[in-house]
Amino acid sequence: MSVSGVGIIDYGMGNLQSVANACDYLGYRPVILKRPQDLAGLRRVILPGVGAFAQGAGNLKSAGWFDALKKLSVEKSASLLGICLGMQLLADEGEEGAAPGGFVEGLGLIPGQVKRFQRTHVRVPHIGWNNIRVLKPNAVLTADLSDDYYFVHSYHYVWAVQDYVSATCDHGGAFAAAIHRDGIMGVQFHPEKSQGPGLKLLKNFLERGC
Amino acid sequence: MLKKRIIPVLFLKNGLIVRSQGFEDFREFGNPINQLQRLNDWMADELIYIDITRSGIHDLKRDDHKIQVAAGTVAILREISKESFMPLTFGGRIRDIGDAAALIANGADKIVVNTAAHRNPALIGEIAARFGSQACVVGIDVKCENGRHRVYLDQGTEPIEMSAVDLARRAQKAGAGEIFLNSIDRDGTANGFDLEIIDAVAKAVGIPLIACGGAGSYDDFEEVLSKTGASAVAAGNIFNFMENAYVRAKKQLVQAGLPVRPPHREPLPTKVTV
Repeated sequence: MSVSGVGIIDYGMGNLQSVANACDYLGYRPVILKRPQDLAGLRRVILPGVGAFAQGAGNLKSAGWFDALKKLSVEKSASLLGICLGMQLLADEGEEGAAPGGFVEGLGLIPGQVKRFQRTHVRVPHIGWNNIRVLKPNAVLTADLSDDYYFVHSYHYVWAVQDYVSATCDHGGAFAAAIHRDGIMGVQFHPEKSQGPGLKLLKNFLERGC
Repeated sequence: MLKKRIIPVLFLKNGLIVRSQGFEDFREFGNPINQLQRLNDWMADELIYIDITRSGIHDLKRDDHKIQVAAGTVAILREISKESFMPLTFGGRIRDIGDAAALIANGADKIVVNTAAHRNPALIGEIAARFGSQACVVGIDVKCENGRHRVYLDQGTEPIEMSAVDLARRAQKAGAGEIFLNSIDRDGTANGFDLEIIDAVAKAVGIPLIACGGAGSYDDFEEVLSKTGASAVAAGNIFNFMENAYVRAKKQLVQAGLPVRPPHREPLPTKVTV
């Protein structure tokens, strides 16, 4: 993978500098993408994100990313990695920031919903290092990466079918830590904040795609 | 399972790391950038930096500028975030959403807000709405005086009536993602943590609690994590002044059967210079 074929989407939802720093450390020179047109020619695209689903979805939609990423997924022109909120936005819909009982539309690239943790015996947000269980290893999430990663979230992806769940994590019950569907991948944790294991996962993504 | 976190705290005064005792008696320890390598080598779970510079020093040339956070602190944050791949929390002197935004824009994953949050709880909601609850840590400083716990604002100078428990509950309701509870009287004494107040606040909220103040030995960490509902322990001096303390502390905690991330697991891949 060429060092210059990597893009990180900027849709106003924070934290892309840390992701850029991590890519930099690994020898890549990521481009910050402000507009869908900037996708042209790239082979690895990262969708980071911290904050509320509704806000994130709104920002993506108004900048034209919904159509652009659907096209990317159909044409398989690049591998896409969603991180934290970025992973959640890959789903069909999310309840964070929606009207009570309602949902906000997501990218719909990997079927599922995003809902708030409903747990009685553990603290929410889920913050800290937690280990994952790799159910379906792939080029990015290899079997030996069942390590601790840094999580910081109050909402989580809920699967419609388990087919797309590549790893789970336990916080008062199992939830999806990573999802994958042919060219599109999402991780709930922050690989750019998870030191060794995190950088190794990012390295796999940047080198091999998904 | 979710691990308990061991968090080095670095108190910054005029851009330098200091040690303190009882929130007074500050002595300079070192440059935060130079100290970073050590923290990286230890693969610390998280880092918390708190700017305890008193108002005035950094503001002289900036009285027309709205942002209170010292330019020096932001510069330090930018440098640190380039070279660290673990979560960074920055706090101190945050007065409004602009201050919080400045830190988050420059690399902080979470911010700690204390005095301003208690004087105006709506600020917590503002920060949570804009950056998410998980980015908003609310700090509470408490002193045990004659057996009673009292909360102080403004770096230990202004006592208030509301209890730590009530403040924590209010902060959670307003949207805080975590509580950072610091004991003023235990600060710098190495006499152990104030288990009573830590457990009281932990039991009062459903969000994670980080306990700070009083660490003198690794046994102290063991006590907090086994006897209270704290999700994390934080310490300043012990990690600055004792050789390899962080790794040794983790080893003891692992041996004691506590759920912590073992030291020295997977090292970082080698940096690639193009």
